[in-house]
Amino acid sequence: MSSLNAKIQDVFNEPACENNRGKDAKARKKGCSKPLTPGAAAGGCAFDGAKIVLQPITDVAHLVHAPLACEGNSWDNRGTASSGPTLWRTSFTTDVTELDVMMGQGERKLFKAIREIKEAYAPPAIFVYSTCVTALIGDDIEAVCKRAAEKFDLPVVPVNAPGFVGSKNLGNKLAGEALLDHVIGTAEPDDAGPYDINILGEFNLSGEFWLVKPLFDRLGIRVRASIPGDARYLDVASAHRARATMIVCSTALINLARKMEQRWDIPFFEGSFYGITDTSEALRQISRLLVKKGADPEILGRTEALIAEEEAIAWKKLAAYRPRLEGKRVLLNTGGVKSWSVVHALMEIGIEIVGTSVKKSTPEDKERIKKILKDENHMFEAMAPRELYAMLSKHEADIMLSGGRTQFIALKAKVPWLDINQERHQPYAGYDGMVELVRQIDLAIHNPIWRQVREPPPWECRTAVEDEPPSSKSKTATVQGFKKFAGTTADDFGEC
Amino acid sequence: MVRILPQTKATAVNPLKSSQPLGAALAFLGIGGAMPLFHGSQGCTSFALVLFVRHFKEAIPLQTTAMDEVATILGGADHLEEAILNLKSRTKPKLIGVCTTALTETRGEDFAGDLANIRQKRAEELAGTEVVLANTPDFEGAIEEGWAKAVTAMIGRITRPGEQARQSKKIAILPGWNLTVADIEHLRDMVESFGLEPVIVPDVSGSLDGTVPDRWVTTTYGGTNVEDIRELGTAVRCIVIGEHMRRPAELLHRLTGVPYAMFQSLAGLKAADRFVSLLSAISGAPVPAEVRRRRAQLQDALLDGHFHFGGKKIAIAAEPDQLYQLATFFVGMGSEIAAAVTTTNMSKILEKVPADSVQIGDLGDLEALGAGADLLVTHSHGRQAAQHLGIPLMRVGFPIFDRLGSQHKLTVLYQGTRDLIFEVANIFQANRHAPTPEALDPFRHREMPDELSSSPLARL
Repeated sequence: MSSLNAKIQDVFNEPACENNRGKDAKARKKGCSKPLTPGAAAGGCAFDGAKIVLQPITDVAHLVHAPLACEGNSWDNRGTASSGPTLWRTSFTTDVTELDVMMGQGERKLFKAIREIKEAYAPPAIFVYSTCVTALIGDDIEAVCKRAAEKFDLPVVPVNAPGFVGSKNLGNKLAGEALLDHVIGTAEPDDAGPYDINILGEFNLSGEFWLVKPLFDRLGIRVRASIPGDARYLDVASAHRARATMIVCSTALINLARKMEQRWDIPFFEGSFYGITDTSEALRQISRLLVKKGADPEILGRTEALIAEEEAIAWKKLAAYRPRLEGKRVLLNTGGVKSWSVVHALMEIGIEIVGTSVKKSTPEDKERIKKILKDENHMFEAMAPRELYAMLSKHEADIMLSGGRTQFIALKAKVPWLDINQERHQPYAGYDGMVELVRQIDLAIHNPIWRQVREPPPWECRTAVEDEPPSSKSKTATVQGFKKFAGTTADDFGEC
Repeated sequence: MVRILPQTKATAVNPLKSSQPLGAALAFLGIGGAMPLFHGSQGCTSFALVLFVRHFKEAIPLQTTAMDEVATILGGADHLEEAILNLKSRTKPKLIGVCTTALTETRGEDFAGDLANIRQKRAEELAGTEVVLANTPDFEGAIEEGWAKAVTAMIGRITRPGEQARQSKKIAILPGWNLTVADIEHLRDMVESFGLEPVIVPDVSGSLDGTVPDRWVTTTYGGTNVEDIRELGTAVRCIVIGEHMRRPAELLHRLTGVPYAMFQSLAGLKAADRFVSLLSAISGAPVPAEVRRRRAQLQDALLDGHFHFGGKKIAIAAEPDQLYQLATFFVGMGSEIAAAVTTTNMSKILEKVPADSVQIGDLGDLEALGAGADLLVTHSHGRQAAQHLGIPLMRVGFPIFDRLGSQHKLTVLYQGTRDLIFEVANIFQANRHAPTPEALDPFRHREMPDELSSSPLARL
């Protein structure tokens, strides 16, 4: 446990973290996880965070050493995609029982489980996750993994991030540490080259990295390891031979990027594949870093040519949505704007941003938001569901973009909603992804159900009974019919 | 006699179980103005919450005492108290349902004592809110046990004890967790059609039915009234659905003398007949024409449907009572149970499952035992096994996250059985394989020397 505590202190101290730079030594030591309020807390635990980061490694068997809930209530719940192996989707847990706890059989059961998996599935590696209960009863997963690795001649990687040590974000970082301690650098590729890169923090949700990878292919850049999305164990193990790293979801794996730079001299930058300008900037930066590390500078010109071509196509596609989306009001409720370039692209086609959460934003971010928003009042730290519901019910936005947690607040307020978090089913990365995002916004806002669900039943509105029911044949007729019916515009809530 | 086979693997592969506290929370979610509270780490709540949302497509009230490492070692009473007070002031619930987890149970505290202290110390602040405790460590049981424990705890805590004046029309109903929203609505209609007044505990049809309330509600927006739980002792009879509900029914009987009638399953013509006869006997009313009509429809469905069931091999993985319900249904239609897998060995009902053996296990076991079956029957997580085996999957139970409307699927009494017959028959019809010469070749299973086996050329 004490080594785990040291590790936690270490990741809290992360010098590359933007938030950390603004803190003094004392505040940094306290760490970035705020104490939770019992009865008013939300969000996943450290184990959750660790599993999120590692589980998309597709050919690894992920074994959760825990009573049932940790894995049984949470498996097969994320939309990351694999282009090959499917073992990562098979769920393995020791399902620790009362008897195991009382008799102290946890470690033995874990060892036996590793053997069973090795024999039945022969994976290239097994990752073993500790959890609250198995940590509490003192099971030493590092020792068990070490012994199993020797005995079975197989990498068995301990992931020491029991839920009660902190938040999901802390778990993300501890997962990065596990890769550093046990995986990266343990295999030597025989084909390392000057155009090899790593992408960190890309989860390949709904396969969205496949919207981006062809761009690298066109430039002759090879993704040695995408961690974790669609990764193979050996790719991760030989990630230390890449020449440059791009880190995508910066809060999750920043410690990993920085330590890889320290250890293997791989320069990194933070970028994003969300939005057009960010995608271009990412390509540019990667090429620049590769050149700095010895690649032929001609790649810079080729990169610019590709960017120019792809941007022109994407902007042209987006422009087609302007007549349909101009003036529409978007509420961003994501816990922090993850990509400015998405906001930029939305505004470029005439969409207004009417509010955003700044819970995870830096002071710099907040300044940018102020410039974008018409009304500063709509910058909020965190909005209680009731307030958010009230705001949406008053129809102060045409659509809310958020994660699943607030989905039903929008839907119950009868306001269009689009999932932009990890559970979503649409790929939004790269140039095509941005077009897809705008297409989905258009589809959501203009779905014909909104008029239906907002209209009160005819018997609650005496005049309406005498009117013709709104016809769906002509749009103007519908709007007029609706106006007559509800005494307001079709876009407003129908109230008698 | 069915053999119950214990789990012998150290690894659960693709778990069948959802956790015990999740089952308890589900029961509390069937109470009006309720707020379930997991006494554990934030992850315990977060995982269960996400799973509920994936299944119901609804905002689900569920909170956590947010135990961290230090609190776990020092003891969680303070966290429990703070959580209860916070919930009380922020959401003003009628009921807070505390579900313990493996984390807090492993440390082993006196939760009942802690709660008694909190109730006493904070009596004024907590006025108007019942706080109920279910001991539900994740390392034992599954949904069934958790659900039953929560109902038992509510009756034990809330129901007024002692013999009371009985209301001749009032029927207490304690449904098992596997009854859907549609099942509960249908049960209520059926009971009311005899002029009786049902009190259903828990009643998910008021809270998890997916409606659009016209305001934001932070607790459950419907369900059994806490006051109705208090008055359960005035019912003339209690009807219990599912063997796992025997414990709460016995407690109610012990506390108030209300006798109970047990229905281990409500699927199938015979079970429905028994249920309807009981209602008729209690009420003294004849069976309404509409009910007779439903029965005739089921007879017709049996006639039309049985062609599709005869000789079919069915592999089922479900919690004990649901396993029994489904297995008896399929066997009653002429199918055989090729594999039966369940979550725990704690239920007596397993002895009555019409199968050679019941494996305590997981979906990995279902996949191994179910090879060669015609149909897999389990929750959505069975989709991987179905894909690997190339066998169609019928989704039942919890969680069902890749199909909409599972809560509105009727599975009990005449109408529910009729619907089940059609659903299964349609799955078979949709997955029918066209006949091929290879599949029908009378020599296909015979061992014979290579030179005699028909060569590819011979088929031309």
